[in-house]
Amino acid sequence: MTTNGLNIIYRERDVKNIHELKVYTKHGGYEGLKKALGMKPAEVIDVVKASNLRGRGGAGFPTGLKWSFIPQSEPVKYVVVNADESETGTFKDRQIMENNPHQLIEGALIAAWAIQATAVYIYLRGEFWDVAHALDKHIEEAEKAGFAGENIAGSGWSCKVYTHLGAGAYICGEETALLESLEGKLGQPRVRPPFPAQKGGGLYAEPTVVNNVETLANVPWIIVNGADEYKKIGTDKSSGTKVFCLSGHVNKPGNYELPFGITFRELIFEHGGGVTNGKKVKAILPSGGSGPIIEATDEVLDTPLSYEGLSKFGSILGSASVIIMDEDTDIAWVASRVTKFFKHESCGKCTPCREGTYWLDKVLDRVMAGEAEQRDVDLISNVAHNMQGTTLCAFGDFAANPAISTIKNFPDDFKKHLKA
Amino acid sequence: MLAEKYAAQIEKILAKYPDKRSAVMPLLYISQEEYGHITDEGIVEVAAIIGEDPTAVKSVAGFYTMYSKQPKGTYWLQVCTDLPCALKGADQFYADLKDYLEITDDGGTSPDGLFTVEHVMCLAACDKAPMLQCNFHYVENLDMEKMKAHLAEWRAEAAGSKTPKKKA
Ligand SMILES: Cc1cc2nc3c(=O)[nH]c(=O)nc-3n(C[C@H](O)[C@H](O)[C@H](O)COP(=O)(O)O)c2cc1C
Ligand code: SF4
Ligand code: FES
Repeated sequence: MTTNGLNIIYRERDVKNIHELKVYTKHGGYEGLKKALGMKPAEVIDVVKASNLRGRGGAGFPTGLKWSFIPQSEPVKYVVVNADESETGTFKDRQIMENNPHQLIEGALIAAWAIQATAVYIYLRGEFWDVAHALDKHIEEAEKAGFAGENIAGSGWSCKVYTHLGAGAYICGEETALLESLEGKLGQPRVRPPFPAQKGGGLYAEPTVVNNVETLANVPWIIVNGADEYKKIGTDKSSGTKVFCLSGHVNKPGNYELPFGITFRELIFEHGGGVTNGKKVKAILPSGGSGPIIEATDEVLDTPLSYEGLSKFGSILGSASVIIMDEDTDIAWVASRVTKFFKHESCGKCTPCREGTYWLDKVLDRVMAGEAEQRDVDLISNVAHNMQGTTLCAFGDFAANPAISTIKNFPDDFKKHLKA
Repeated sequence: MLAEKYAAQIEKILAKYPDKRSAVMPLLYISQEEYGHITDEGIVEVAAIIGEDPTAVKSVAGFYTMYSKQPKGTYWLQVCTDLPCALKGADQFYADLKDYLEITDDGGTSPDGLFTVEHVMCLAACDKAPMLQCNFHYVENLDMEKMKAHLAEWRAEAAGSKTPKKKA
């Protein structure tokens, strides 16, 4: 397996100053958009479908298929870019927007052409204040050059691109909460159906495609190079490159754009410079705080990473926010820390999530204070299991994951804290 | 009055959305910048601009953590202590910073009124831990030595007539 340095997303690594429009266009920028505008919208969707591009926001939903759900008969439609990036351990989209912003704008506009959207909204987490202001300038430049706004590239088609800042709420990364927030309401998930793609379910009740930043940044490459070329990268079921956000106990934390199919071992030791202080790796959270934790066995370390590859270990790749923990890490403490995140971020709309995160946090505090017994640990598992599948949005499952998987995979780490 | 003072900016914001209500979040940021935090006065003004009930605007302000319901120090320091940063020493950094600024509680303000220190969840900078945001601007790859230099700089900035880095 070669881990070649093919940078589809992080092109700034090959081309200096690619964030500048003139550099971007000199190196093929906006060619994908021009090409797409010469195709029928349905043809663009077909290419993206054939490329096997899957959503990089966590769920891995096929992107072309998502676009094809949009009813073409509706006059008003939207593309909404999910730039909320608030998952613990995730920092890839920020780098795309800072260093290769036009590729996101271009990808979003190709999506907009494909579904014949009337406008694009980029929803950024509030802390991306400076990122959003820089992005506004890039959008303005793209407009002036005729790549966005009115009569794009002389095609007669117009589509404005806007940024919108959130204000500190993890749940706004969930797509329906995001839409609520963008409409000026509390960021709380909606009951589905109707789904965002349907009339009544999207932004201002109009059919809407919501895609992650990284997903859309792949699109120009796919349009220019074709679906077959894209499918040559990665594994059978997971095509293309993926940005792995590597953090925790590694010497060189950072974003690594690599083809699907590389292993944790390659990621940590070849790219990430190994574990800090020469320690052994004990545990890995492959999908930030929200996916189950796994023990770093040799089998795990050597498994090709893809959307399908981690299921045999009871975990998921999700947004590929890979958090590394060394042999000295107390996994009970990890459970407690991650659970605090979820307790803080529950939007409070459904009881199992609101109450469940509260209790998980409380009992885990008791464990950490050395005041708990084995039945408290069992209680944690029980509460967590009861949250799963009973909530309005996937947050409830996410919040239960750390508690369940830490206790299941690292029971001794909890035993150490129990009262005699 | 926000409506007059920020007329041009507000007009630009309203033009972005087919529904005025969507402007509530950007307008709350403007009111926070103007009044230092979210005030009743600011809420009433924002509500008038978008034609909504003040209670609706107030509940939006209450939902999101970046709208400050209390006055803060000139510099609002939000230190990330979420898992990846904590694995890289963020808890210690956060404790040292509070000590250095003589702040006892999370969310407390230094005796000179300049710095509010609070710990927050992941800020999408986990590879640059320990890190914080100062008035929503990233300050990364920190240790206490570097931090002291930043604090000295901000103190000097605040002492001079130079307005501190704005939030808006
Ligand atoms: C609690 C929660 C938080 C989420 N946070 C994000 C996020 O920060 N960024 C993101 O792109 N997707 C996030 N998602 C996934 C979105 O709901 C949605 O699936 C995604 O934006 C779709 O884009 P994609 O198909 O391109 O991945 C989150 C989902 C849930 C349930
Ligand atoms: S599961 Fe949690 S975050 Fe999702 S809607 Fe229910 S209360 Fe809100
Ligand atoms: S955990 Fe601190 S920035 Fe992500």
